[in-house]
Amino acid sequence: MDQFTINLLFVGASFALYIGIAIWARAGSTSEFYAAGRGVHPVTNGMATAADWMSAASFISMAGLIAFTGYDNSTFLMGWTGGYVLLALLLAPYLRKFGKYTVSEFIGDRFYSQTARIVAVVCLIVASTTYVIGQMTGVGVAFGRFLEVDNTTGLLIGAAVVFAYAVFGGMKGVTYTQVAQYVVLIMAYTIPAIFISLQLTGNPIPALGLFGDHVASGEPLLAKLDAIVRELGFNEYTAHHSDTLNMVLFTLSLMIGTAGLPHVIMRFFTVPKVSDARWSAGWALVFIALLYLTAPAVGAMARLNISEMMWPNGGIDGGAVTVQQIEEDQRYDWMATWQKTGLLGWEDKNGDGAIQYYNDANADLQAIAAEKGWAGNELTNFNRDILVLANPEIANLPGWVIGLVAAGGLAAALSTAAGLLLAISSAVSHDLIKGSFNPGISEKGELMSARVAMAVAIVVATYLGLNPPGFAAQTVALAFGLAAASIFPALMMGIFSTKVNNSGAVAGMLAGLTVTLLYIFLHKGWFFIPDTNSFTDADPLLGTIKSTSFGAIGAMINFAVAYTVSGMTKPTPDHIRELVESVRVPRGAGAAQSK
Amino acid sequence: MAENSSKSAYWSANVRIIMISLVIWAIVSFGFGILLRPMLSGIAVGGTDLGFWFAQQGSIIVFLILIFNYAWRMNKLDREHGVDEE
Repeated sequence: MDQFTINLLFVGASFALYIGIAIWARAGSTSEFYAAGRGVHPVTNGMATAADWMSAASFISMAGLIAFTGYDNSTFLMGWTGGYVLLALLLAPYLRKFGKYTVSEFIGDRFYSQTARIVAVVCLIVASTTYVIGQMTGVGVAFGRFLEVDNTTGLLIGAAVVFAYAVFGGMKGVTYTQVAQYVVLIMAYTIPAIFISLQLTGNPIPALGLFGDHVASGEPLLAKLDAIVRELGFNEYTAHHSDTLNMVLFTLSLMIGTAGLPHVIMRFFTVPKVSDARWSAGWALVFIALLYLTAPAVGAMARLNISEMMWPNGGIDGGAVTVQQIEEDQRYDWMATWQKTGLLGWEDKNGDGAIQYYNDANADLQAIAAEKGWAGNELTNFNRDILVLANPEIANLPGWVIGLVAAGGLAAALSTAAGLLLAISSAVSHDLIKGSFNPGISEKGELMSARVAMAVAIVVATYLGLNPPGFAAQTVALAFGLAAASIFPALMMGIFSTKVNNSGAVAGMLAGLTVTLLYIFLHKGWFFIPDTNSFTDADPLLGTIKSTSFGAIGAMINFAVAYTVSGMTKPTPDHIRELVESVRVPRGAGAAQSK
Repeated sequence: MAENSSKSAYWSANVRIIMISLVIWAIVSFGFGILLRPMLSGIAVGGTDLGFWFAQQGSIIVFLILIFNYAWRMNKLDREHGVDEE
């Protein structure tokens, strides 16, 4: 059986499973559509949250970004897990106690203002749509590879599948489907990692193998990797090279953003009790950590494998891989397969029949290149987003593992895209249309408008996904910055302060969102349209602060503006103070209601 | 009024646990993982140093402990102050 058939089989079987579950648990009433009737156990909910949360960014993109940068991209690991601490301690139990379906309902009620609710919906839609763009990038990579078509075609097919899939059911369908997706994606992520860890370090646990010894050389794996990349003129893997301030702000943005993303917060509305909401966040992080503790091992080991493949005879002195080897040796088949997607490329610039992979911006290597007659780095294109999907092929693992990884990558992208589309559609139909413009809308009409909103969101995201502002994880990081600057501060102040009032919250959210969005657009182009940017992240407007790191500053602006404006306007009325007091204690938490 | 004073005691106990947890949260990630890494560079861990381990694994493990510890303590605190869900 050829690889294409195997991939098709794995992807087809996993899809049949999800769709089967979605049909079995199809949502009926609006209450079930949004929150699955609140009958979800904390462990189940944690697993579904993990699937919802770990998207194309975590699965497809993150290890690639770590592989090619090393220590400096530890920010993704700390940022995307540390946010759960904020979520568990600062938000989840109180929002569950409050007992409404959506984040914007809380903001609307707590800040006793329809304007606050609408502003929250806008923030939510902006952050979620940006997030979906990142998912579409990942979907494009995954479908492109597995159908062996170019990236754009892959993206269009993927978008159609995501849409069909998300429209199928509500949260309940999604909850149990996402449990299945979690199982598929975690197997797909860890199995190849275990194989590779065994090959390189003899340790079956990748997280331990990362800090173990490299079998072939007897040296510690990371020391070996540092030596290889140093020889090729790249930054040492374990060393700190990036700007420290930016690194701290970026990590903080990802953490705060995690706790401000509506599709994750919504998850905590679906557990039966306040105490369960606390456990749920912990369980979610357990299931997330299984992938996140493996990811740095995947990155480091892949980097080692790739470097050794490009220099198969023991470093630079042994000579580079030849074009003939790439074309004929079956260990290099993955290069030809990925070349078809347009995401991997090489060119024998100096015509010596070999492909030299090195850092041609490094002065020492330039000297060596001049001596040896190299004409620059010849591995001209290596899209970071392909690393995880290509990894089992690079390590020469059996065909079924490759098929499994294809299914896992799609599960990751699909589950998150579906969760986000649900958050967007409920924001539009429930908060905007039913909550503001047409309170008398029928249940059927509400479900219909939810689906129309989904369709619009996916069209916009696909269109922008054709020219994404970065690799999947980088685009997703922008979404986190936006959520960090707008939603999280409003939620936190709503619970921990009785002083912040309606005007304060609205002004804070608007200030945080506007400033952050402006900073992103100035660096990434207006509405992410290429070449409309005035600055680049290599040379940012403010010191060393990149657009992906600005969310933390946006959040500080939000807090500052909200407190200042609240101090100058009418204090919060008594019934709102009572509401805050009641949100703070678990007793009396009933089933949620909807206005 | 007894109920109110218990509620405020409950809330300040909660805030105290949150503050301590967040200090640890910040120390392991921003501290050991980034800012204090040079100070920990003498402690070797598998081909690199302790700061690298905290940045790529250690902080995640500590986050897990923090969340479960918080859930356990708070559920106990709820019962002590009589504010748990019946």
